[in-house]
Amino acid sequence: MRRQSMMPYLAWMLLFIIVPLLLVVYYAFTIPSETGNVWSLENFTRFFEPIYLKVLWRSVYLAVLSTMICLLLGYPAAMIMVGNAFTRKSALMLLFVVPMWMNFLLRTYAWLTLLERNGFINVLLSALRLPRLNILYTNSAVILGMVYNFLPFMVLPIYSVLSKIDKDVIEAAGDLGANSLKVFMKVVFPLSLPGVVSGITMVFMPALTTFVISRLLGGGQFTLVGNLIEQQFLVVGDWGFGSAISVIMILLILLSMAIMSFFEGEESEVAPW
Amino acid sequence: MKRFLIKERVTSMIKKRKIVLMLLVLLLGSLSLSACKTDKPTIYVYNWGDYIDETILDDFEEETGIKVVYDTFATNEDMYVKIKSGGGSYDVIFPSDYMLTRMREEGMLEKVDLTKIPNAQHLEERFLGLDYDPDNQYSIPFKWGTVGILYNTAMVDDVVDSWDILWNPKYAKEILMLDSQRDSIGIALLSLGYSINTLDVDELAEAGELLKEQKPLVLAYVIDEGKDKMVAGEAALAVIWSGEATYGREENSDLEYAIPEEGTNLWFDVMAIPQGAKNKEGAHKFIDFMTRPDITLRNAEYTGYAIPNKTTRAMLPKEINEDRSIYPEEEDLENAEIFVNLGQTLKDYDRIWTEVKAH
Repeated sequence: MRRQSMMPYLAWMLLFIIVPLLLVVYYAFTIPSETGNVWSLENFTRFFEPIYLKVLWRSVYLAVLSTMICLLLGYPAAMIMVGNAFTRKSALMLLFVVPMWMNFLLRTYAWLTLLERNGFINVLLSALRLPRLNILYTNSAVILGMVYNFLPFMVLPIYSVLSKIDKDVIEAAGDLGANSLKVFMKVVFPLSLPGVVSGITMVFMPALTTFVISRLLGGGQFTLVGNLIEQQFLVVGDWGFGSAISVIMILLILLSMAIMSFFEGEESEVAPW
Repeated sequence: MKRFLIKERVTSMIKKRKIVLMLLVLLLGSLSLSACKTDKPTIYVYNWGDYIDETILDDFEEETGIKVVYDTFATNEDMYVKIKSGGGSYDVIFPSDYMLTRMREEGMLEKVDLTKIPNAQHLEERFLGLDYDPDNQYSIPFKWGTVGILYNTAMVDDVVDSWDILWNPKYAKEILMLDSQRDSIGIALLSLGYSINTLDVDELAEAGELLKEQKPLVLAYVIDEGKDKMVAGEAALAVIWSGEATYGREENSDLEYAIPEEGTNLWFDVMAIPQGAKNKEGAHKFIDFMTRPDITLRNAEYTGYAIPNKTTRAMLPKEINEDRSIYPEEEDLENAEIFVNLGQTLKDYDRIWTEVKAH
């Protein structure tokens, strides 16, 4: 019975996940020659040229940085949400979720106009006699775009775990003489770790592979791994090299997930919202 | 009772299996059908973004009863890769000169039947039978132009007559380059005094180095946003196609367009029919429609690009017809080169551009 109802899912996964993945692997390990495709590691050795390693390093750096900023901003936000009365809680939650109803590309395009030299933000700043902000087409703009787009993915899992912590545990810690800092360090934070880990994973992965944010807000200058892959498929038409980079990314993400699950320990019961 | 229950379960299992099968059939069916099922004759058109007055498409549908499904691309390479990988199945495409040659040589195009395009008589003879398509068997020219520098006279006090100004540190972070490999590499080649069609790997490497050197000065690599950024005064200099420059100058009177002395790329965007087009009849009608003087005029007025159509040109307002930045004279085009297909050397261009972007 259960088997039967699995069928459509299995068929779907086979057709649209397994087969494409195998194709990616196939293209990654072959190069075109006059007699058709031949097996080769050339695509991989090419990736380890300094110029592409630099791109990888830049992507990892930006992804780590924006994940950290998301965590620093998102954790307090989640705590504030948990600490509020029910009605206000849902209002706050709504504020985080509503922007996600709008298309991600449109929101990123909006930043493109907001951040312009003579854009809304600068007009506002100069009206207030504050220094102008010229960050469009820089690293900072790319990080801003990532943090803005991915912050909800950090807040929501942390919120979901925090709201499930038994109030009695916190009160007990207080009764036993712990001050609020100690309660947080010894009780709340350790209990919320699964949410933090899940938040980090959900921000880090899209940040590592994004190509739209870096192209729009970075003005095509900050090539990230995602851009490199996109360029190989859409502009250059070198599917082999593009696939090889994709395979390397898959391995990297698997690796980071393994590291994460190590930190996650046994309490891996995470329900992202 | 128990037996009954089992039977019930078996039939429900069979039912479920049937439902699952039906769903699968529906899924696969809709996948294969979606490509060809339509009530109305339809043509699929693949053009550059923001390249025609799109109300023309409605008029075409009204006149001929053929529905137009219209998609756009940003660069020739995007378009080529999509067609090559079997995506889309289009009836009319708009490649540039060198891309037309490449697609023609790779057998990706159908021949165009000139007898079905009576409006071709309005085309200027000098734009027919050019090297990219010697007998005009595969293409009908649609627009032509140059590539040059659009600059803001309020922000640039030097004379703009050379590509070298794009390497002037004075304008750091005020320069917009084209996010298009042949154009950007071509500019570097021109400023080095080489041909934009060079097959010499050393010259190419030199051009690549020059572009990497320039990168810290570049504000952004853009395509369609370039003209709007210039109109908004966000940058001082932009490498731009001539028609975009016309639009920019109309919107902001501080903007001027210059064709540098080292030379430029004289380009043609043409209409062609890709191999395997499903509605060739409709495609010919569409190409003919787009060549008709009144339609060409509307397009010329909307986009600001130069048109290869002599009848239409006579209908244009004098100040546009005589504007040498839109319709350059022979002497302006002395150093102009048309892109040619590069064959195997294209791989080196690809690699250099990937490296410049990754730098």
